[in-house]
Amino acid sequence: MPSQLVEKYFRADKLPQIWCPGCGHGIITRAITAAIDDLGLDPDKVCVVSGIGCSSRAPGYLDFNTLHTTHGRALAFATGIKLANPELKVIVVMGDGDSTAIGGNHFIHACRRNIDITTIIYNNNIYGMTGGQYSPTTPRLEKGTTAPYGNIDKPFDVCNLAAAAGATYVGRSTSYHANLITQLVRNGIKNEGFSLIEAISDCPTYYGRKNKKGGPVEMIQWQKEHAVNVTAASKMTPEQLEGKFLIGEFKNTTEPEYTKEYQKIIDRVKGSDV
Amino acid sequence: MSKKVKLMQGNEACVEGAIAAGMRFYAGYPITPSTEIAELSAEKLPKLGGKFIQMEDEIGGIAAAIGASLTGAKTMTATSGPGFSLKQENIGYAAIAEIPVVIVDVQRSGPSTGQPTSPSQGDMMQAKWGTHGDHPVIALCPSSVRETFDLTVKAFNLAEKYRTPVLLMMDEVIGHMREKVELPEASELEIVDRNRPSCAPEDYLPYKAEENLVPPMADFGTGYRYHVTGLVHDETGFPSNSTEIADQLVRRLVNKVELNKEDIISWEEENTEDADVIIFTYGCVARAARTAMKTLREKGVKVGMFRPITVWPFPEERLAELSKKVKTIVVPEMNLGQMVLEVERVSGKYTKIERLNKVDSQIIYPEEIIAKIEEVL
Ligand SMILES: Cc1ncc(C[n+]2csc(CCOP(=O)(O)OP(=O)(O)O)c2C)c(N)n1
Ligand code: SF4
Repeated sequence: MPSQLVEKYFRADKLPQIWCPGCGHGIITRAITAAIDDLGLDPDKVCVVSGIGCSSRAPGYLDFNTLHTTHGRALAFATGIKLANPELKVIVVMGDGDSTAIGGNHFIHACRRNIDITTIIYNNNIYGMTGGQYSPTTPRLEKGTTAPYGNIDKPFDVCNLAAAAGATYVGRSTSYHANLITQLVRNGIKNEGFSLIEAISDCPTYYGRKNKKGGPVEMIQWQKEHAVNVTAASKMTPEQLEGKFLIGEFKNTTEPEYTKEYQKIIDRVKGSDV
Repeated sequence: MSKKVKLMQGNEACVEGAIAAGMRFYAGYPITPSTEIAELSAEKLPKLGGKFIQMEDEIGGIAAAIGASLTGAKTMTATSGPGFSLKQENIGYAAIAEIPVVIVDVQRSGPSTGQPTSPSQGDMMQAKWGTHGDHPVIALCPSSVRETFDLTVKAFNLAEKYRTPVLLMMDEVIGHMREKVELPEASELEIVDRNRPSCAPEDYLPYKAEENLVPPMADFGTGYRYHVTGLVHDETGFPSNSTEIADQLVRRLVNKVELNKEDIISWEEENTEDADVIIFTYGCVARAARTAMKTLREKGVKVGMFRPITVWPFPEERLAELSKKVKTIVVPEMNLGQMVLEVERVSGKYTKIERLNKVDSQIIYPEEIIAKIEEVL
């Protein structure tokens, strides 16, 4: 029931949004609100924080406490919010460039601290907002305006990066698999710790056009055809998995959460002589 | 309770002042000569139920402090030269999004890594122009340990009152120097808290200014669901492409400080009534200037001293007035001439201005100021 979600959680007067027709970012944003709805979170206690980029424009459309920060820094702002008031549910949305290039340092450290923030990276493998430059997730040999002869950088696997850095909940979905996004975000919010959900998005305007991927329909079709759920993948041969990528829940563990650990320090020393 | 008389470092006084002002959140990254501010905050804040976090870099430090401020906490970050450079983008963010935060810069020699343990006054213009675009600036400059306490309190009060970042421009000497100080009781302090909205959430316009040009600020999580952005925005807080709104916003931000200057500005004068020469001085150099002034007075030379306490906004009206009465203004600075540019702008048409500059990482000694004055008189 998309219209109900839109009515309930979107700032109706800010619509229509600025995203290009066929951009995957809108689907992802709606899927996030579905997770918030499923959990019945109090909108007054939800904070949505972003950096700069097409994806980072999402909070402006959402009727929560919303913060559109500087490029790459969303997680650092969000860390301040969460630590200062752990009662707030903090959700961060970022682009692939925002989170893993300029914001890469904040990203790995937020994972490492296992602070209770749920982060959704809208990964369209390109810098959308600035017009199609290659990003740290652009596949090798693909093109961007700053990689006219093909990208020679090796891309990050955002999920592996997050898991290795210490995030306790990690999963991936695509704008085609919107229900899975909702499910992962829901579990991510429930996880008391740092959760990372990579949502593969499509940017027909730049990534699609530069790399002859067709229009939005073809790009979403590609997601459908190339994504394999981890559970299914475990029964597949390497040949069958050739050229595919995994979606689903990759990591779900419990470790001490940062703000709770800090509270323990407060409980231990509070009231002693300043 | 007896008054706390203590031998204390400037950096320590800064933390004491911050806590007295209500600081309950600190985020930063260690750097000499500011590190004690982080260390003491780490120790003291949890005892008060407050929070400290060492971030991954200085950008993260100011970002977390701004984020925490949005939940209603009084927040601070401290750094020195290289870190001050890193913080600049988010200082501008706090300025346009109107989020109170105190940023301490314990100045050391630069540029770049420079001389990490040596004092300097090299960041005074960076304080004014370091972040891009036109923006309001309030910067305070202490010249003693006790004054560091007082100005830290004042920095928080101004940040809260005007919803703006406030810079405390210390220097290595003031930060590390120990002096005996008697700190005031809490009851003796005037503490300002930000103006919060009294209207219903549905009527709240987060960027609609009141008469003093400052909009009331709601804490995240209290039912006022609003949007904060570093983009040009209208009264609702949402981005706007209107040229008119852009113009209004930038002017209001700057005027918030400019038109409230009388309330913000402070300075100190000594022996200016009959002075032939005035030493324009700030920060640690003011201490040497005072000694130079006294020594010369004993010799019958009529020397006075003008010390801006708020360096930005610059106390120009009073300085202009004084300039008309004196023969010379001597401006000793531990840089190659920064605040002297303001002195020249304000006083240049009325009197002679003499520079005394030092960038060898040593402090300026009273004898050097005396020699300069004797040379130019
Ligand atoms: C400090 C800084 N550097 C560069 C930019 C310009 N910039 C804005 S968005 C962006 C990249 C956005 O790409 P991504 O994060 O992948 O998000 P998308 O737009 O694709 O959703 C860049 C480089 C900026 N705003 N700030
Ligand atoms: S440029 Fe790309 S990412 Fe940005 S809105 Fe358009 S399609 Fe989406």
